[in-house]
Amino acid sequence: MIRLPVLLLLVSVAVFTLMKLSPVDPVDAYLGPAIAHAGPEQKARIAAAWGLDRPAPEQFLRWAGHVLRGDLGHSTAYDAPVADVLRDRIGASLALTGLAWLLSGALGFALGAVAAGCGGWVDRGVRVYCYILASAPTFWLAMLMLALFSVTLGWAPICCAGPIGMPPDQVGWADRLRHLTLPLAALTLFGVAQIALHTRARMVEVLQSDFVLFARAQGATRRQIVLRHGLRNAAIPALTVMLASVGEIFGGSILAEQVFAWPGLGRATVEAGLKGDVPLLLAIALLTTLVVALGNMAAGRLHPVLNPRL
Amino acid sequence: MNGRVRAALAAGVASAVIAGIALGAGDVQADFAQRNLEPSARHLFGTDAMGRDMLARTLGGLARSLRVGLIAAGLSVLIAAGVALASGLGRRADAVAGLLTDAFLAMPHLVLLILISFAMGGGTGAVIVAVAVSHWPRLARLLRAEVLQVQAAPYVEASRAFGRSRAHVLRRHVLPHLVPQMLVGFLLMFPHAILHEAGLTFLGFGLEPSRPAIGVMLAEAMRHVGAGRWWLALFPGAALLSVVLCFEALGSAVRRLASPREGQC
Repeated sequence: MIRLPVLLLLVSVAVFTLMKLSPVDPVDAYLGPAIAHAGPEQKARIAAAWGLDRPAPEQFLRWAGHVLRGDLGHSTAYDAPVADVLRDRIGASLALTGLAWLLSGALGFALGAVAAGCGGWVDRGVRVYCYILASAPTFWLAMLMLALFSVTLGWAPICCAGPIGMPPDQVGWADRLRHLTLPLAALTLFGVAQIALHTRARMVEVLQSDFVLFARAQGATRRQIVLRHGLRNAAIPALTVMLASVGEIFGGSILAEQVFAWPGLGRATVEAGLKGDVPLLLAIALLTTLVVALGNMAAGRLHPVLNPRL
Repeated sequence: MNGRVRAALAAGVASAVIAGIALGAGDVQADFAQRNLEPSARHLFGTDAMGRDMLARTLGGLARSLRVGLIAAGLSVLIAAGVALASGLGRRADAVAGLLTDAFLAMPHLVLLILISFAMGGGTGAVIVAVAVSHWPRLARLLRAEVLQVQAAPYVEASRAFGRSRAHVLRRHVLPHLVPQMLVGFLLMFPHAILHEAGLTFLGFGLEPSRPAIGVMLAEAMRHVGAGRWWLALFPGAALLSVVLCFEALGSAVRRLASPREGQC
């Protein structure tokens, strides 16, 4: 348990150092085009107001103190408190990334099980599909889907989480669902490959084991064996892979959100990086690290709980 | 098919791809009379909004992506080997190396890439460093297991009993055992390195727009997707995909050769 806080401390020191190394000056980034109207003494005053004239270790301690008290700072790119920016986006992010994570886990598990259970050309097909998918750039697939379904066929809206020009709180559920479908499909298809391959490998291993041979001797059909023995044994590794792939799917969501103009955390990350918004970048880095580290830890913890033989 | 035959085939295809790309990468002329043409016999991949032939641009972009990927994956393997060897120096060094590995594993790749690229102000050098720094932990874990296994061997014990230092043992007895794993790790990491380079560039943190890598071209294509110019996106991405598949096949074939027992499935 002591490991998580140490890890977070280590990561925040590292990220803070990276931000300090950056050649992007936060004051210049904040001013933007207004830089033409600000003299050197005005810039110095902004820097002093933000505490940027202090030595870096002191800045870090002050920032860490504020974070511990629940104050994440002020986002310069969105000109709002970081906590508000995160709160506005986390719903959209959860809807897209969280759902894609769950769906790709379920679909990948099913695909892997079917591949191992059926064998033959079904197995071959699933494997080729997974290998190609694992080697393709996510955002490229997303773009092709956008070009096909939104532009050529006109089945799905071309961007955003609601009709263009409508305030987010007035968008109805039907509209929301319509806009979610394509990004969700893209991200889900991308996440399937790893879990499917893993489940398939595990399932093939189980099907060659002695207890499966015994079950077959008793007259069980292949279908029964897969359902009774295969699924149970393949479920734990699949869950572990799924928990460990949280970081991967968040990375995918950054790219997918960029392609579909989805207003989630991924887009905020890109925006913050391009506009030099240090507080927002720090907060997002910490948040994602926390989630991914918890996923990794849960994967390690869950294993002995679900599999008492270990 | 025999593993050796498969590896030779994959290596042949991969080197043919590299040679073809290196030969094909030339200057690309803009021809404003030939803007936004669909793929045809004269322009196999079509032309872009400035009348440049997309086939030539794709080859040039691939050459650039390959170079960045090769350097970044190579550096990353070296970092992984260094950390793994550090694990062999003693219990405390192992704990530090383990914590470092965990810390790097705990951050999503793309977030780390964005942060490092931001810290270095973007550009080719930043992408190379970012990809190298973010990809080593998984390989380091594999190599660490190998280091610990070799260190438990009787000949290492004998060498230590003769009074050799830990550093000597690591250099003379452990490092040679890591080389095959490092080669496999390099080949398997390389496709990931190119994909992440393309993703980072696509988001606007990577290579300069003035020198078109695949990521830059796809970012440009993104602006034209709404106008129905699908070929701008389809072909560069498909080219990248085929190069990645090539190296993936080469990597798994070599892995099968390096450790025949584990490479069964």
